This record gives sequence, structure tokens and C-alpha cells, in this order.
Amino acid sequence: MLLSDMKKGAAGRIAAISADDPLIEAKLREIGFAESDSVELAHIGPLGGTPVCVRLNRTLIALRLDEAKAISVTVEP
Amino acid sequence: MTAAATRIALVGAPNCGKSTLFNGLTGGRAKVANYPGATVETRHGRFETPGGHSVDLIDLPGFYGMSPRSLDEKIALETVLGKDGAAPELILALVDAANVRTHLQSVLQLRAIGAPMIVVLNMYDLALRDGFEIDLEKLEKELALPVVTANATRKAGREALLAKLDGVLAGLKDIKPAPAGAYPAPEDIRAHQGEARRIADAAILYEPLFNRATRIIDRFALHPLFGPAILAALLFFMFQAVFTWATAPVDFLDASAGALGEFLGARLPEGWLRDLLVDGVIAGVGSVVVFLPQIVILFTFILLLEASGYMARAAFLMDEIMHRFGLNGRAFIPLLSSFACAIPGIMASRVIENDRDRLTTILIAPLMTCSARLPVYTLIIAAFIPKETVGPFNLQGLVLFALYIAGIFSAVLIAFLFKRTIAKARSQPLIMELPTYKLPNAKDFFISLWMRASAFLKRAGTVILATSVILWFLAAYPASATSLRESFAGRIGSLLEPLLAPIGFNLEIAIALVPGMAAREVAVSALGTVYAVHGGPEDAQGLAETLQSAWSLPTALAFLAWYVFAPQCFATLATIRRETGSWKWAGFALGYLFALAYLGAGLVYWGARAAGL
Ligand SMILES: Nc1nc2c(ncn2[C@@H]2O[C@H](COP(=O)(O)OP(=O)(O)O)[C@@H](O)[C@H]2O)c(=O)[nH]1
Ligand SMILES: [Mg+2]
Repeated sequence: MLLSDMKKGAAGRIAAISADDPLIEAKLREIGFAESDSVELAHIGPLGGTPVCVRLNRTLIALRLDEAKAISVTVEP
Repeated sequence: MTAAATRIALVGAPNCGKSTLFNGLTGGRAKVANYPGATVETRHGRFETPGGHSVDLIDLPGFYGMSPRSLDEKIALETVLGKDGAAPELILALVDAANVRTHLQSVLQLRAIGAPMIVVLNMYDLALRDGFEIDLEKLEKELALPVVTANATRKAGREALLAKLDGVLAGLKDIKPAPAGAYPAPEDIRAHQGEARRIADAAILYEPLFNRATRIIDRFALHPLFGPAILAALLFFMFQAVFTWATAPVDFLDASAGALGEFLGARLPEGWLRDLLVDGVIAGVGSVVVFLPQIVILFTFILLLEASGYMARAAFLMDEIMHRFGLNGRAFIPLLSSFACAIPGIMASRVIENDRDRLTTILIAPLMTCSARLPVYTLIIAAFIPKETVGPFNLQGLVLFALYIAGIFSAVLIAFLFKRTIAKARSQPLIMELPTYKLPNAKDFFISLWMRASAFLKRAGTVILATSVILWFLAAYPASATSLRESFAGRIGSLLEPLLAPIGFNLEIAIALVPGMAAREVAVSALGTVYAVHGGPEDAQGLAETLQSAWSLPTALAFLAWYVFAPQCFATLATIRRETGSWKWAGFALGYLFALAYLGAGLVYWGARAAGL
């Protein structure tokens, strides 16, 4: 499922990262998103559920739903 | 020796401690703060290692890798790649020791272009506290680079780094500097990511869970309901405090300035020198200096917010609202910084990736109520708003808060207009790391606070002193003048008066606005001087009391409204010119802000008159 569709508190492992804009993909990777890393949707923004804040390894990253669509996650039950 | 200084650049992700290390090694004064984008320009500093090597150290904005998007990241990368001159001979690649797994990737990118470097695991104290166990030898071997741990905030924490540096510098002649490299393709990044994780798995023996304090605080600070409530409460508290806590010290300074004036007035022989000192210097400069306590309180809050890590949270909470008005959430940080001063606020807009977003942020930054407006606001509020409490709140503090809100609202509306007209652009991405919370470092805090306070005093001793003296001459001469109107200043003011009379401004205000172009607080000193010169010689009452009898309430309110918008700060306009690269936008800001000021003051004046105030 896409990171942008995850519910608050859900966690999983990153399955793939791909964005239409190669620069966005590069940026996501550079800030730390990588296949098979674990992510947790830790917080959601107060207005319209965006941006979201994910815990990625030991960092917290804020991103808008548009950017979160670039990341697909295998959710762990 | 200076010619032989080795150029060393500090490189790493935002918030990993580069500026702290820079300050520690060079005794420099770079801005240290716990949010991405605190450093937006390069800064050079010199120091000598214990081994006698002379070093030209360069502090850079943070970046995560070699795909720069925003101006600050481009500046950093171009320095590293030597696009603006000689590339650094050595790189200190800082990595947050608690985030080796994610941040090692950029080290590998740098290694791939062949840059000579030392890897510095900074914030090692925090990593150890959290329970990390890292096999440093293994890391060094896997990376094939020298690795050293550091705690940039302490002298003892920098010693190992200095020793390593001396070792490397001794053999540096044999190392070739990196060729100007190309930006890596995403495929390279993937490879580096895999390699970084393999190395991390090999070298990290124990990795604790995510910082617990941060997790607990964020449960509230980022909560969809509590989060915005906490943010609003924090800002509200800040402005109340600026008013209520400062009352006693401001009154004390005010009384001291008055007593000093009286003392000199009584001791000095009558003549122009006495008048210059009492009516020009003390009435002018003194009327501004008394607001030092408020400046100190405001900066205390801003510095603590910046150092704690909360700023990035505020940006997260505000992003969607800002986005709907056409701005980027990251613009919230420059705008909040503009509460201190618009100039660093405008500079901080370099973190905004899109040029049009950045332009909009620059153009609205002067609408944020900067600290130079505090003397103006406080003076008028103290004179015209009764000292009452409304429920638990101080009415004067509430009015001050309302003025800040007026600034914010107009900024948001203007941004909305600009985005639909002159700065059209599609929406921009937000990808931002939220740093873990940190207790502010006391030394950094006091140094920064002192820098702001002394800058304020320095301005009082230079710009404000100079304008006060000049204005005193213009207001006191020609000697034949029996009233302000006949003086030189009065004649200049008379030219503006017809333009300003419709919005309720009198001759004294017209005169004060002219030197007030230099900086906003100059208007206060100018009013102090103008009223002192032609006031009664023995009248020792403060400026606030003088204004109370000289101005009507609608005039006072119109004056406040004027200062919500008026672009009366030459340094801000010069910064806009520099950051946008043309006088066109500085001129545009000047024009639109004056138009708003005139309109705002007029509406308030006529509204207040109509309401019978
Ligand atoms: N405990 C601890 N805090 C540090 C260390 N280095 C930096 N900090 C803090 O980390 C934050 C970010 O530092 P800064 O120098 O502005 O990072 P930069 O963005 O890399 O320039 C500040 O709050 C510093 O006080 C360290 O070695 N130990
Ligand atoms: Mg910095």
C-alpha cells in the first residue's frame, strides 16, 4: 500500500520508491528512505491529514501526501 | 603562515552540529539552531591546530546529498565541488552518530567523487546516552576513511578530532583533491544506500529505539488538536510576556533616562551643548534604549524555540494552512524568524526550493512584526491603552498581540494575492527532517542573546544617535525659529504634512517619519527629540505622557496601523535587493508596503473618528 494511504500508527517496510519527478525520488532517498527500511506513520497534520510525519529508522520526516505517494510500503499487521 | 592555510569544509546533513563545531574550533559566532536551514550561507573562520597547522574552516548549509533543490543546498554543494573557486582541500564529513545508517549515504557520495575527508561521528555523547554501540575500527575499515567521534559542544569533545586532523594534515600533500564531480544519478544513490546499510549493519553493534523524550513530547506537540493549540498558546504567551515582564525594567530605564536628562539639564551651563545633550541625545537615544528589556525577552523566546527543535514542528503544523494560501510550510520558519528581524528572515527563505515561493516569502517578510517595531508599539500602547486586565490577560499585551496578528493576517492575504498574480507557480513538495528535541546549550544561548542585545545597543549608539543629533539641529535652528514649524525640520515636515494630514498625522509625525526611513525605532527617538526641543524646558515627563496630551486617540491608532505595514527600514530593502538580485523587487516592496500603510492608517483613523473615539 502507498505510504499516503496508511493510517496513523501503522508500520511496515518500504517496498519501492518511485516518483515521476526524478529529483523528488533522489531527495527522498537522500533524506533516508530506502527499500526494506521500516517506517511508521507517526503523526498526521491537523488539516486534511497532510503533511504526514513518518518515523524512518531513527529520524522523523515530514512530507506531504503528494510526496508520500511515491513510497509503497508492505504493512506489517 | 596565512597563505599556507588549508581549506577545510564542514559538510553534513542539517542539524548534525556543523555550526557548533565551527564556532567551537574558530571561536566564531555562526548561528546555531536546532532546525533545518539555520545556516544559509558559507562562513569562513581561521584556527590553528595543536600541531601547528593553520586552517581556513568553512561552515556550510546542511545537505543530505548531491541533488540540491534549494538555494542554500546549492551554495553548499558548489563550495564542496569547487564551482566558485578552489575546492576545499579536505572535508570534515559530519554524521549524527545516532543516524549513521541513514546519513552514511551522503558520505559515500562524497567518497565516490574522490574528496579527501575525515568522517566525524558527532553528537557521540547523545548516541552513547541513548545506548548506541558502534565499532569504530570496523567502520573505519569498511569506509576506508579516517573516522573520529566528537561532541562539538565541548572542548574535550573536540580534542580527538583535532588530533586526527593533525595526523591527516601532516600527510595531506600526498592526497589529490577531488576533481569537479558531476551530480550522481538516482541509480548511484540506490547503490550508495545499499552500501551504507551494509556498512551500518557491520559496524553498529547495538542500535536503541527512537529517542523516547522526543516521542513523548511529539505525542502532544504534533497532535492534530493539541499541536496547533500549543503553538497558539506559545505565541500568545510570548507576546504577553514581552509586555508584562518588561514593564518594571522599562519603567526603571525610562526613569533613569529622565533623571539623567534632568541632572545634566541642571548642571550644564545653558547653551546649545546642553540642549543638544538633553533634547537631542538623551531624549532621542534614551527613548529607544529603554526598550532593551523587551528586545531581550523577545529574543529569549525566539532563541529557545529555535534551539529546542520546536521550529520544525511549527512548520509541520502550519504547512497545510500555508499551502492553501499558496506558501510552503517551510516558509513558516523564515516568517517566525522575522519576528526578531526581517533581515535574517529574508535570508532564511533560501531554504525554500521554489523561486516564486521564495520571492513571495521575501516580499511578505517585512509584514511580520520585527523587534524594531516593539519600541514604536510599546510607546504608543503605554501612552494610549489603559493598564487594565481583561480576564486573566493584560489589555496592553492583548493590543500588542493584535498588532502581531494584524501583521500575520495581512502577510497571508498578500501572499495569497501574489501567488495568484505575480508569483504563480505549481505547488511545491515538502520533505523535511524534524530533529530530536535538545536542551538548549547555555553558552550558545547567552552568546546569541548578547549578540542581539549588543546589536540593538550599537544601532542606538550609531544610526539613532546620528539621526537624533542631526534632527536636533534641524529642529532647533535657525535660532530665530520660535516654533517647530519655523525650524528647518518643520519646513521639511510641512512639505509632507498635506499628504499625511488626511490620515490624522500631525507635523511632528511627518518630521519623525523622514529620519524614520533609516530604521523603525528611529521614529521613536525622532519623536523624543522633536517634542523635547519645543516642549517646555523644565518638563521632565516621559515621551509617553507628552504624546498623550499632544495626540488624539485616532491619531495614535492610525500611527500604530501605519507601522504594521510601513517599510521603514533601509537595511531590509537592501537585503531584498540582494536576495532577489534586483532593485525592482525592493522598489516593489517599498511601494506596496507604503500604499498599505497609508491605506491602513487612513482606515483606522477614519474608523476611529466615526466611532467617536
Ligand atoms: N549534545 C550535543 N549537542 C550538539 C552537538 N553538536 C551540536 N549539537 C546541538 O545540535 C543542534 C544543531 O547544531 P548546529 O551546529 O546548528 O547544526 P548544523 O545545522 O549542522 O550547523 C544545536 O542545538 C546544537 O547545540 C554535540 O556534539 N552534542
Ligand atoms: Mg549550521
